[in-house]
Amino acid sequence: MIKAWFKSGSPWIWMTAGAVSINLILVTGLLTLIAVRGLGHFWPADIVEYRYQDRQDPESLIIGEEVDKSLLLAAQARAAGHELLDNGEYLVQYLVKTGNRDILGSDFRWIQEQYIHGKSTPEDLIAIERREWGNFYGRLLGVKENGTLIAQGEQAWAVAQEKLAKTLELHDEIDKLQDKGVGAINYNLERLRLKQRALELKNQWNETTHQEFIAQKLAYEQEYKVIQEQIGKLNKEIKSNSLLVSEAGQKEISIPLDRVVKLTRPNGMSWLDKSIEYVSNFVTFFLDEPREANTEGGIFPAIFGTVLMVLLMAVVVTPFGVIAAVYLREYAKQGFVTRVIRIAVNNLAGVPSIVYGVFGLGFFVYILGGSIDRLFYPEAAPSPVFGTPGLLWASLTLALLTLPVVIVATEEGLSRIPKSIREGSLALGATKAETLWRTVLPMASPAIMTGLILAVARAAGEVAPLMLVGVVKLAPTLPLDGNFPYLHLDRKFMHLGFHIYDVGFQSPNVEAARPLVYATSLLLVMVIVGLNMFAIAVRNNLREKYRALEN
Amino acid sequence: MSEAHSTQPHPSLLQTSASDRYQRWRLVKDKIVARCVVAGGLSIIVAIVLIFFYLLYVVFPLLLPAHAESVGRYDAPEPGLGKTLFLAIEEQNEVAVRFTDTGKAVFFNVADGSTVGTEDLSIPQQVQITSFIHGSLDKGIVAYGLSDGRALVARQDYKQTYPGGKRLITPSLQYPLGKEPVVVDSKGQALTQLEVKLSDSNTTLLAKTADNRIVLASFSKKESLFDDEISLERSEAVLDTTGNDVDFMLLDKEQRDLYLANRQGDLSVFNVTDKSQPVIKHKLNVMNQGVQISSMEFLNGDLSVLVGDNNGVLSQWSMVRDEQNHFSVEKLRSFKVSDAPILAIAPEQRRKGILVADANGLIGIYNSTAERELIKEQAISGKPQALAISPRATAFLIQSEDGKIEHWTIENEHPEVSMSSLWQKVWYESYSKPEYIWQSSSASNDFEPKMSLVPLVFGTLKAAFYSMLVAIPLSLFGAIYTGYFMAPRIRQYVKPGIEIMGALPTVILGFLAGLWLAPFIEMNLTGIFALLMIVPLGVMIFAYFWQKAPKEIRHKIPEGWDALVLIPVIIFSGWLAFQLSPAIEALCFNGDLRTWMRSEFGIGYDQRNTLVVGLAMGFAVIPMIFSIAEDAIFSVPKHLTTGSLALGATPWQTMTKVVLLTASPGIFSAIMIGFGRAVGETMIVLMATGNTPVMDLSIFQGLRTLSANIAVEMPESEVNSTHYRVLFLAALVLFMFTFIVNTLAEVVRQNLRQKYSSL
Repeated sequence: MIKAWFKSGSPWIWMTAGAVSINLILVTGLLTLIAVRGLGHFWPADIVEYRYQDRQDPESLIIGEEVDKSLLLAAQARAAGHELLDNGEYLVQYLVKTGNRDILGSDFRWIQEQYIHGKSTPEDLIAIERREWGNFYGRLLGVKENGTLIAQGEQAWAVAQEKLAKTLELHDEIDKLQDKGVGAINYNLERLRLKQRALELKNQWNETTHQEFIAQKLAYEQEYKVIQEQIGKLNKEIKSNSLLVSEAGQKEISIPLDRVVKLTRPNGMSWLDKSIEYVSNFVTFFLDEPREANTEGGIFPAIFGTVLMVLLMAVVVTPFGVIAAVYLREYAKQGFVTRVIRIAVNNLAGVPSIVYGVFGLGFFVYILGGSIDRLFYPEAAPSPVFGTPGLLWASLTLALLTLPVVIVATEEGLSRIPKSIREGSLALGATKAETLWRTVLPMASPAIMTGLILAVARAAGEVAPLMLVGVVKLAPTLPLDGNFPYLHLDRKFMHLGFHIYDVGFQSPNVEAARPLVYATSLLLVMVIVGLNMFAIAVRNNLREKYRALEN
Repeated sequence: MSEAHSTQPHPSLLQTSASDRYQRWRLVKDKIVARCVVAGGLSIIVAIVLIFFYLLYVVFPLLLPAHAESVGRYDAPEPGLGKTLFLAIEEQNEVAVRFTDTGKAVFFNVADGSTVGTEDLSIPQQVQITSFIHGSLDKGIVAYGLSDGRALVARQDYKQTYPGGKRLITPSLQYPLGKEPVVVDSKGQALTQLEVKLSDSNTTLLAKTADNRIVLASFSKKESLFDDEISLERSEAVLDTTGNDVDFMLLDKEQRDLYLANRQGDLSVFNVTDKSQPVIKHKLNVMNQGVQISSMEFLNGDLSVLVGDNNGVLSQWSMVRDEQNHFSVEKLRSFKVSDAPILAIAPEQRRKGILVADANGLIGIYNSTAERELIKEQAISGKPQALAISPRATAFLIQSEDGKIEHWTIENEHPEVSMSSLWQKVWYESYSKPEYIWQSSSASNDFEPKMSLVPLVFGTLKAAFYSMLVAIPLSLFGAIYTGYFMAPRIRQYVKPGIEIMGALPTVILGFLAGLWLAPFIEMNLTGIFALLMIVPLGVMIFAYFWQKAPKEIRHKIPEGWDALVLIPVIIFSGWLAFQLSPAIEALCFNGDLRTWMRSEFGIGYDQRNTLVVGLAMGFAVIPMIFSIAEDAIFSVPKHLTTGSLALGATPWQTMTKVVLLTASPGIFSAIMIGFGRAVGETMIVLMATGNTPVMDLSIFQGLRTLSANIAVEMPESEVNSTHYRVLFLAALVLFMFTFIVNTLAEVVRQNLRQKYSSL
């Protein structure tokens, strides 16, 4: 019976079906994993107070968020050197984010369930997001202004929120002054220095220009002084308030309010409050600058850098890709040359991306960039302008990398346009170029779009070559700003993919940064999967349209 | 599809109604566009060729032979001040110095031999100079041994100043132990042989005295607590050489190991860490019967000794420690220079290079790591008197016995690289045997760069192999089902669904592999292996009972929907596998598989290992293989399959005998492309392995691939250095490999397409 069943071959068919199912499970499982971990990060978690007593220490209080739970088999736990009180099958451990890195030394702590004596979530526990040292968990005792207590007990919460709002406003103002004011002045001073050096190199530096430059410099310095004064005043104001809090060990600590980003009492929040908080966390994540070696805060510069780089790449890759595809479909005689070109295209697609990075670094950065520096920026020597990895070279490298994607998609689109349409145009007296421009390309434009979208999706996720040609973990300035010439192609930039690699693997505090990496991954995956699905939809739509045309 | 003649427009209304100029402009435009499009199309070939040639262009200097030429010849300056004992060149190749047998230092211009200055070492009047030695070349130390048992130590010092923007080098001599000679032999015997090594706080002088004792004198600097006065504390010991004569003495710069040898080749190594109690470590004879040592010198780094003999062979000996911690001196390699005795050896100061001169004035430049003879030239005729190579190894001076100095320049950028150093086992200094090692980063000038690409290629292939092991069954089986059995309605969703996997950025897969999968596998290792057994079994059992199920149930699921039915089955059997794993572990592996493996087989476990990489990279490769293979299977002409079915073959027989055979070239090219992708993938291996370049077949160990190596090391490598070029070579290897694989795959695919269109 079984033998006959095997002979019929149907078990093998089931096995192949199983392979498809496994693939599907893998895809959905992966996407779900990223989504759950990424989205969960923003939900304001309850702060738990544990009464904890392990073998050595007296009973103590631990305050923190429960982050993870692990079940360790009894045998494995014993092998790892743990002791099991009751002869259970598992050793249950919780990972608790205790925050207070400045006091405890680390943000996280594993605790074992068997030692937990009590667990509660009192409403008065607060979480403070700080500019440094990570989160603080504890209780709010009071608010101080210039060292004197102005509120304590029940009123403290309201007063603290009010003062915090004001402090944050001041902080924004200082930031703006630093950025727009001081940053711009420094930038202009540097430009002035380069201008002077350029004139010196051209032997046009004389007394009049000298005077002129001194006057300009003086003006900038004057301006600088004014701004500095303003900042000084604001700084004094911002430093006046502080929070008096107590941590789990009942120690009283004072936290200056200008070091605080956010003050919440998640245990006292309703579902609605939490949802609002969730959305606001999301928005800050997208729009904020990173803090603490990228492990906290937002990812705005990385999003910005990725988008800008991808746009520049699209500008370069589209014409080249389309022209190559047009050549293959419309101009070339199908034969040896097209065969070779198709092989070349496939090879371009198959060359490891890191090789593009190596090529980009050597050819674009050192050879092209070095030549540009020698020709156009002699005044900046010895510091390189374009002779160092930067936005332009990253875009060019990725344009080369994504060229095959655009070619293949465009070619497919062109091949689907019925011959009769071209013939009709030619028969009406149009030249070949006019046919191409007026009828063929417009009809193929959705296909070109598809290719472009796929190329953008590929480029947005590529990291290996970028590590060599211009991505950095922390860029001090965005490549697009208010200083002439506004778009700085020579600047280094931040990138979402590299951000994931850097924060996940190179940051000192990987555990704390992990939720952030999941969130960043989620964003990247959503963008890329979204772009791909859009491209597929466009392509399917196009196919239907042409099928209709042909009939 | 393009027709050249159609560019000639036929007379039409348009033409007659417009001016000739406009018509001409249209034609010109047409021509321009055609040209541009052709140029654009061909630029694709240009791009790929450019990448190849650019990589080659950077790698090429590695292959260039070294080159040396004579650029000047002059009389040794100030011949009246005595015969040359020693020559040295300073960093910039501008000033050289010659120390004479009358205790004078003559600084002269390297280019033309004109005297820059002379300095007298002020040897006391009543004593004679009986010996001379140079200390560490990079520190410029020299020492004179005197007839009253004392020695004078001096250091060359070159000050650079830039008066008026031009470099000016002012040479002088410093006396690290004071201008007065220090006592080496307290018995006051003449020092006939000398050796000196100097560090910031310690100086060791070693001397053979006229009455054949070997005296070790050590001076340590003591700073007084009360004033800035520095006093020297001296200790002395006499070495027991058990009756052997001593002709060569070498002390390493750490002042720990002392090598003594005589002309017959008896080499003994002493440990002199404790200067008052030297201990003999090892003794052996390094020469064949009848062959004599003619010169001996340290290789840069003082870890191995270069021995030149009177048969013209230069050999490298190094202290080697075996697994039992026994020290022995082993011969790492030797070079045949000529048939004449090797009289002078001048090691390079930054690399493991050696300049030697034989008794006939023939010079040779060698690199020890690469086992390469780089240059062999007749520099002078006759015996060399002195030989010096510049610190940057770009020039050398050789003085003949008639007092002439020859000035040569050397072009030798990349001596460390050879076929053998890249691809074969190399016996590195202080290693117990020849090995494949990649260790490029250098902390100091003494570091021997170990640039074997073998561990990297091995790691690349290992990672690719394991990921293909994961990817091929899943993707091909998936492609077979999707392309042939699946109902079209779900196929239109399933195919793009799996293809989307391929669009996922590898950095995310790598991140998940490194931070989620690796700890997960570490905790559930048994579960992972149980999956391999239980899931297929579960599918089989389900399938068997499914076909026995009543028709009403079976017919509820239309044909080609099996894959969806199986999803809960697989999830359940996967869950079961993890549930059963503790029991399996307790039953077979004493409760913990990893501990069991370590204690039973000595298999170590790395958290980020090849298994993790295999799974993660397999996942990345699946969509690529799946997509191409599925296309090939799906586009097998329908009349072939229907024919086969009509003749009575079962669907599975049709599948294996007709469809798979017809589509096999496509499947082959799918696998090739997938393999190419796995070989070149960077981010996953970078994040999911420990990046240790080990050669270990175990699936539980880490690895380092060519691509990850480039990503890790390229940003830090100095432009145009050997390391930089070797990294480009690694990129070129990757490029060539994927080029071959992809070209093969594409040619196969093009042929397949033609075959289908003819069917």
